[in-house]
Amino acid sequence: MKILVAYKRVVDYNVRIQVRPDGSGVVTEGVKLSANPFDDIALEEALRLRDKGLATEVIVATIGPADCQAHLRNGLAMGANRAIHVVSDEAVQPLTAARVLLKLVEKEQPGIVILGKQAIDDDASQTGQMLATLWGRPQATFASKVEINGETARVTREVDAGLEVLDVDLPAVITTDLRLNEPRFIKLPDIMKAKSKPMETIAIADLGVPAAALLTTTHYAPPAKRSKGVMVKDVAELVAALKSKGLA
Amino acid sequence: MSKILVIAEHLNGKLNSATSRCVTCANAIKADSIDVLVLADAPEAIAAEAAQIAGVSKVLTIANAANAHALAQVLAPQIAKVAAGYTHVLAPSTTFGKDLLPCVAALLGVAQVSDVMAVEDSHTFKRPIYAGNAIITVKAPADQTVVATVRTASWPTTGNGGSASVEPVAGDAALPTHTRFVELQQGKSDRPDLQSARKVVSGGRALGSSDAFSIIYSLADRMGAAVGASRAAVDAGYVPNELQVGQTGKIISPDLYVAIGISGAIQHLTGIKDAGTIVAINKDGDAPIFEIADYGLVGDLFQIIPELEKSL
Repeated sequence: MKILVAYKRVVDYNVRIQVRPDGSGVVTEGVKLSANPFDDIALEEALRLRDKGLATEVIVATIGPADCQAHLRNGLAMGANRAIHVVSDEAVQPLTAARVLLKLVEKEQPGIVILGKQAIDDDASQTGQMLATLWGRPQATFASKVEINGETARVTREVDAGLEVLDVDLPAVITTDLRLNEPRFIKLPDIMKAKSKPMETIAIADLGVPAAALLTTTHYAPPAKRSKGVMVKDVAELVAALKSKGLA
Repeated sequence: MSKILVIAEHLNGKLNSATSRCVTCANAIKADSIDVLVLADAPEAIAAEAAQIAGVSKVLTIANAANAHALAQVLAPQIAKVAAGYTHVLAPSTTFGKDLLPCVAALLGVAQVSDVMAVEDSHTFKRPIYAGNAIITVKAPADQTVVATVRTASWPTTGNGGSASVEPVAGDAALPTHTRFVELQQGKSDRPDLQSARKVVSGGRALGSSDAFSIIYSLADRMGAAVGASRAAVDAGYVPNELQVGQTGKIISPDLYVAIGISGAIQHLTGIKDAGTIVAINKDGDAPIFEIADYGLVGDLFQIIPELEKSL
């Protein structure tokens, strides 16, 4: 069984993003870029399933501009067998991303597609669910545990009420939550090895993905600032302040 | 000319207050009508609750044994059928709505707006990106159904007093059998629900152990508050995951949020920015949590918490 991992490049999670003063976007020039943290978890899970002998091949795929190759090499250095780069100079929205991934699914016939539960840039949390729907296959989102039993997977999901356990027939789409695993670190020799691993490049226009009428972003703004607070010196002062606001 | 369909969220036969928050958002769209759709194995009691929400025109129900548990790929085709004739389909941006609504959008072939925090007009919305560090204004195509999840922390509940009619509808879509519910492991708690509580007390890594976390529970009980936690406290196993507050946990807007032993990473702050009053108690005076706290107190939480509990 092959596993396809959707592996997006985003602004690093530690960067405090700045909105351009004219409201046209956020500053991304010179900002550190990394793998979406949930996608690193997705790749790690795929590699663990392969290590257990439950998968034969792990493929990382991304949709992004030409310079995304370094990002994919990172995924290869982590342990993926090969990479697919769908080249798109424009950022794609989740519905388009799901349609692109469906084309890759049709071509590669994976047993499992693993994605992060959301990308930390657009915070949409849609692509995995949309892919499962377009593919007509089960989804198990926000996964914190995955067990493969032959033709089915038992997935524990983090839901608001607690933990939900589902059985899904394979092939299926899984999206990862933070507690699924701890992604491995990349070792130097693996970076060297990754340079010789196969990377396929496909122009997005060549995939025949139907155009979607999408959302238009008309303005970016910084969030409303909270007014500056005060430091209190002891518990008595804190309790007095809360009582004056009717909160204690 | 907006006809809005709100997908009801419910658990154990009870309507979740997130549904009422969606109705508030629907009202902001200036809808001509707001209908609520309840999918369940036995929807009657839930539908009766939904019918009381002020401003709801009709409650539609689809009773089907397959709807006993909210499996997205089972519910979505039924919703997509009912959605014909509606201009908007809304669901809360809870794990239920996030799991389900993109499937509905994909079936309708439209983009989805996630986490609506404000409504500009029927097709223009504000939503947060980058863990709430930027707010964007997005326009959905005018000629398509708007499918959107509603950021529940941005919208208060709508009061009761409505008396909508309840109508069963046929949800005769072909339903898949490839997904099977096994169980829900639920933490038992008598405390207020984290997402709807007026007061929340949260603990972080500084508590040091799950035993030490008991002082947070004790303070919360004294205050009649719900208990929350940072990712660090959840990862360390001090509390179950459903208590996590932040970008990847719950996004909440209580009147009072007390952060104890929480440094205040970006990912945590995004979950509490809409709280009325934020109190931070931390021994590190430079912790980022103090940048957004209304009241900050620097000191040892193991001394401060018992003292605070006594003074309340």
